[in-house]
Amino acid sequence: MGRITLAHGSGGREMNQLLEELIFRKIPSWMKFVEGGLGIDFPDDAAAIPIDKERYIVVTTDSYTVSPIFFPGGDIGRLAASGTINDVLMLGGVPIAALDSIVVEEGFEEEVLEKILESILTVFESVDVKLIGGDFKVMPKGQLDKIIISMVGLGIAEHLIIDKNLEVGDKIIVSGPIAEHGVAIYASREELMLEDSQLRSDVKPLTDLMIPIVKKYGRDIHAASDPTRGGLAMTLNNWALSSNTTIVIDEEKIPMREAVKNFCEMLGLDPFTLASEGVAVLGVADEVSEEILQQMHSAGYSEAEIIGEVRAKEDMGLVIVKTSIGGYRILEQPVGEIVPRIC
Amino acid sequence: MLNRSDLRIANNRFFRNNRELALKIVKIIETLSKNLNRKGVDRVKIMNFCGTHEWTTTHYGLRSILPENIELVAGPGCPVCITPSYYIEVAVKLSLEGIRVYTYGDAYKLPAVKSVKEVKNLAEARSIGGEVSIVYSLLDAVKDAKKDERESVFLAIGFETTYPIYASIILRNIVPRNFSFIVVGRLTPPAARYAVEKVGRVDGIIAPGHVSTVIGGEAWKMLSEDYGIPTVISGFEPIDVLISIAEILKQIYEGRSDVVIEYTRAVSWHGNVLAKKMIEEVFEVCDAAWRGIGFIPNSGYRLRREYLKLDGLHLYGFKELSEREWSYDLSIGCRCGEIILGKIKPVDCPLFLNKCTPNVPYGPCMVSSEGTCSIWARSRTGWRVK
Repeated sequence: MGRITLAHGSGGREMNQLLEELIFRKIPSWMKFVEGGLGIDFPDDAAAIPIDKERYIVVTTDSYTVSPIFFPGGDIGRLAASGTINDVLMLGGVPIAALDSIVVEEGFEEEVLEKILESILTVFESVDVKLIGGDFKVMPKGQLDKIIISMVGLGIAEHLIIDKNLEVGDKIIVSGPIAEHGVAIYASREELMLEDSQLRSDVKPLTDLMIPIVKKYGRDIHAASDPTRGGLAMTLNNWALSSNTTIVIDEEKIPMREAVKNFCEMLGLDPFTLASEGVAVLGVADEVSEEILQQMHSAGYSEAEIIGEVRAKEDMGLVIVKTSIGGYRILEQPVGEIVPRIC
Repeated sequence: MLNRSDLRIANNRFFRNNRELALKIVKIIETLSKNLNRKGVDRVKIMNFCGTHEWTTTHYGLRSILPENIELVAGPGCPVCITPSYYIEVAVKLSLEGIRVYTYGDAYKLPAVKSVKEVKNLAEARSIGGEVSIVYSLLDAVKDAKKDERESVFLAIGFETTYPIYASIILRNIVPRNFSFIVVGRLTPPAARYAVEKVGRVDGIIAPGHVSTVIGGEAWKMLSEDYGIPTVISGFEPIDVLISIAEILKQIYEGRSDVVIEYTRAVSWHGNVLAKKMIEEVFEVCDAAWRGIGFIPNSGYRLRREYLKLDGLHLYGFKELSEREWSYDLSIGCRCGEIILGKIKPVDCPLFLNKCTPNVPYGPCMVSSEGTCSIWARSRTGWRVK
């Protein structure tokens, strides 16, 4: 057997392969889910366990190891809290509570830890989520790079948004400009951040966006994700694969800030593979797509756009981009270490 | 006055994000192609000689909007892909002997055929203690080498575009004493000649824009004069490439074969005369090996006799690769030689995206972002999507 490389953690094709071969395959199928719920039989943003006939507990866990831990637009605390909440939301849940596990390196400054905790609490306060438990450990100097935060998020859902349910004709909506988090982290790490830079992470909880839409349109939302590692390319490829559809998106419609575009072009980065931490991608029924878009706009997500649609059902999962000159290319699952340790 | 960013945006709006214009040119191409059909020309094969042209073609999906009888193929357009394995083996050896090897990032993972101490590329050499430094430019390497006394070589891979800087540094006499070059410079027009002679019919050529800023339009005259092939030196935006294709079809229809510069924003007929002169003062043209292909006459640079002390191979007792000693230098099953010459497409190679991926490249064309396989791996649509 080989060794784990950074590419295996980039959220791209290698990670999918590793998880499938090393982990998912080893777990007996009865162990993968709780009867009536959702588990790793179908990996989604979160898992679910039925409480009664109408409701589920939604639960998610994630570890955060971003470097640098303070970046333009946020820090590891804000990232962990927002990411956890967003994962619950993307399965259709209303986030209720969270638990956190913090591991720090010996010598870590108390003041910095305090700041990070404040960030976590600020996010939870803004969306009324309780922090009901956690754990704290210290590793000897040099055995950990500063800090790792693991979080568990809990929520309640009446209806689960499972991404394999995309249907032909569904419209794909993106709630805001993409690739902002990935670019901000990359720029600050490589010291490419200019003083007056507009490159900032978009990290934020999407509660104000998602809850009203889920409440109103519930079953008309067929897929929802926040395109973190692997970006829009990974999210849409996962959807296409799990729903056996072909998704066609229009490059011109995808919201992206000029500063992000320029930065990617300068460094040869593909913005479609870069992470967002405050963007939702939805696959919704055609009839309600315009309404949902309007609702997003009036909720303050003024750059939301319908970027494409689900075409054929019979294909084995394909994402096609209509390019800026009207040609077509396949949008691949990202490969390699796109930008390591972004979240 | 326009500032740089305004110019950039204007440039992109015209040459890149311009569906309306693209559609118009495609209509012209369709008409020309129909007219050619009526004249009995049923297929047109157009070859590019630059990785960036292949990237533009693939990334913007040009193949998907052109008539089906127009075939766009990639020729030898990536200097990393065609660097003979021998030079990588030498670089790996030197790095393991403690000589610092400077390389551009795109050659860092370039695999050799033969292992040296069980490693096959500079990345692996570094992981077992080899001295390898990735640099962005020759000047960075020179600066770095000046910091200490350690002996170092620069892996000078490149086409005509990169060679003026080597010549300039040597002529200005600012090469540090502990610094030498592994010279793997290659010339594109002789490779183009080779490709059209050996591969079979090519009806039009999209000649490389960057290379031509140095060598000028005149360097491609032989394609039109000796082979009767319409040749257009093209810019790198999708609109540039579409215009070039239309021009080629027009020439075929009118029975002409001229060299036309589409990329007038950067390329002139005589090229950069000063740069050419500097190259000539320092380097001489020789027969040279191309990976997976073999020796092509007059297709390489080597240092002139008076600069031999800057030749890393000479300095460390390695022989220059000779035609007699060159042996086929692709790993078993790798079909990069055919891909480089446009004989087959990456998807025709059974290793493509199986044993050979951008993360673990098996063949040279999967390494550099200019390599045809690497480009196709990033968006499979080298082939048509409708």
